[in-house]
Amino acid sequence: MLTYLAKRLLEMIPTLFGITLISFLIIHLAPGKPTDALSEMNPKMTPEARERLEKYYGLDKPVMVQYGLWLKRIVRLDFGESFSMDRRPVMQKIWDTKQPITERRLFITFMLNLMAMIIILLIAIPIGISSATHQHTLFDKITTTTVFVGFAMPSFWLALLLMLLFGVYLDWLPISGLKSMNYDALPFWGKVIDRVRHLVLPLFVVAFGSLAADSRYMRSSMLEVIRQDYVTVARAKGLSEKAVIYRHAFRNALLPLITLIGLSVPGLIGGSVIFENIFGIAGMGQLFFNGVMARDYPLIMAILTIGAFLTLLGNLLADVGYMLADPRIRTGQ
Amino acid sequence: MKKESLGSLFWERFRRNSLAVSGGVIVICLFVLAVLAPVISPYKPNDIDRNSILMPPDIRHPLGTDDLGRDVLSRMIYGARISLAVGFVAVGIAALIGIVFGAVAGYYGGWIERIIMRFIDIMLTIPTFFLILAVIAFVEPSIWNIMIVIGLTGWMGVARLVRAEFLSVKERDYVMAARALGASDFRIIFRHIMINSMAPVLVSAVLGIAGAVLVESALSFLGIGVQPPTPSWGNILTLGKDNIEIAWWLSVFPGFAILITVLGYNLLGEGIRDSIDPRLRESERR
Repeated sequence: MLTYLAKRLLEMIPTLFGITLISFLIIHLAPGKPTDALSEMNPKMTPEARERLEKYYGLDKPVMVQYGLWLKRIVRLDFGESFSMDRRPVMQKIWDTKQPITERRLFITFMLNLMAMIIILLIAIPIGISSATHQHTLFDKITTTTVFVGFAMPSFWLALLLMLLFGVYLDWLPISGLKSMNYDALPFWGKVIDRVRHLVLPLFVVAFGSLAADSRYMRSSMLEVIRQDYVTVARAKGLSEKAVIYRHAFRNALLPLITLIGLSVPGLIGGSVIFENIFGIAGMGQLFFNGVMARDYPLIMAILTIGAFLTLLGNLLADVGYMLADPRIRTGQ
Repeated sequence: MKKESLGSLFWERFRRNSLAVSGGVIVICLFVLAVLAPVISPYKPNDIDRNSILMPPDIRHPLGTDDLGRDVLSRMIYGARISLAVGFVAVGIAALIGIVFGAVAGYYGGWIERIIMRFIDIMLTIPTFFLILAVIAFVEPSIWNIMIVIGLTGWMGVARLVRAEFLSVKERDYVMAARALGASDFRIIFRHIMINSMAPVLVSAVLGIAGAVLVESALSFLGIGVQPPTPSWGNILTLGKDNIEIAWWLSVFPGFAILITVLGYNLLGEGIRDSIDPRLRESERR
């Protein structure tokens, strides 16, 4: 198990290397340059000044040399300085050590996605199972239809609709940010309630999209499993239906879902740009969006790299989960 | 004879699948709307009317007006053109790249295959939406660039499919026969093998259009997709967000159009899949 883990971790290195190389090339070979944005805003910018600026940022060197320099810094976890006006180190923008941990951007996005994932699993698995064990009933038909619509639902539209209903018309929930203006003045439980109220809509929106796919997957996987011989045997020896489903069928039906969860990580991370933008959440997605608008190379590269790293980590965790759930793989048969 | 009977078998199965047919009807309706946009829409999409700014739906403007007094219904009908064009062109690009990479990997095998598959794995690990955003930022946000970028980042699924088909088909007797007759690689790939692996590619392309429509609307919603004054469902929704306290109709209708469109392509794609290969469906019912 440990050797397997070590091997997988080592394998991640060349992949990560490839990802950063491809991202770097794509971004640097795209026609626009970061200095374009500066010269558009400042009509006094002479070609000479522009050249000086490009030299300052190292943009005058060949792309591969730039990549080498970037790679040299990245090994020390130094993502360089942001191109924006404040010139802060990119790492400080993503993980601001001067702020409490709950205010750091990477933490916010990571926790939101983690919470969403837990919610997805807690809801999708039971729905999928009941839908499979009650196939062709009204419940199954309703969930199947909901799931199909869920697939087609643009998440940002769902967000807008929920903001309209719960934020504007019913006025039950806040529609922006992660805490209220008067947060610091609230008593402890007031703070907890305030946090929860701000989290309800974003979490629901993030979870909804994957919920559809995962419950569907759980359903078909369960349908496959409950027709296997060993399930029939379990029934034949007089086990209760509950024991058959949850002790015998469930573990095997879970296997494909584990892979799916691993694969859904890049989608969740990419989606954070949209929902953080809509709900005004100061996370990585919002930072990335701002970086993109300002053509801030170091920031864009840093977040792409971190996103890819988290995706690889998700895949690895999925494989480990697979091993834990399936003794055949664990013992190497 | 054989080909015709396969085709009619397909049609027979497709016709009996009411969900698939409704998906097809939705897609055809979109086509008609897009083509006849100038005839159907009650107003010109960019006609500004200062006397009816942010008017709720009424008889003159069935879906209301936006912050410049433009008719939302007309803008949405023209938006269908954008959505259709982006969907088809982006997926066309993606399918082309995917077919070439998949065919080369599956046909030649060896180190070429290993490099291509590695490249695909890497592309799948980069959060696609991040990559699209990063590229869009450096090129002008125009509808053409959006199509190209969505296409360039969406070909991996097709490549994997085509490779898998090639692996299973390339050792068949008829391919051997073609090779023995001295057919070139190009001819074998495109005339003999490709024809037999088009079905899954078609299904994945139709489903891919749904994905491309979603991505385009999300980009336009974020303000880096189709640029106003060109109407797109995504950029009408941006106005909906900006005016969420006062104009619900700007948020509700364009999103509904996206939902129905994506639903249509999904239903059509799954319908085609079930009709081409009923086994896939049977395995679920068994």
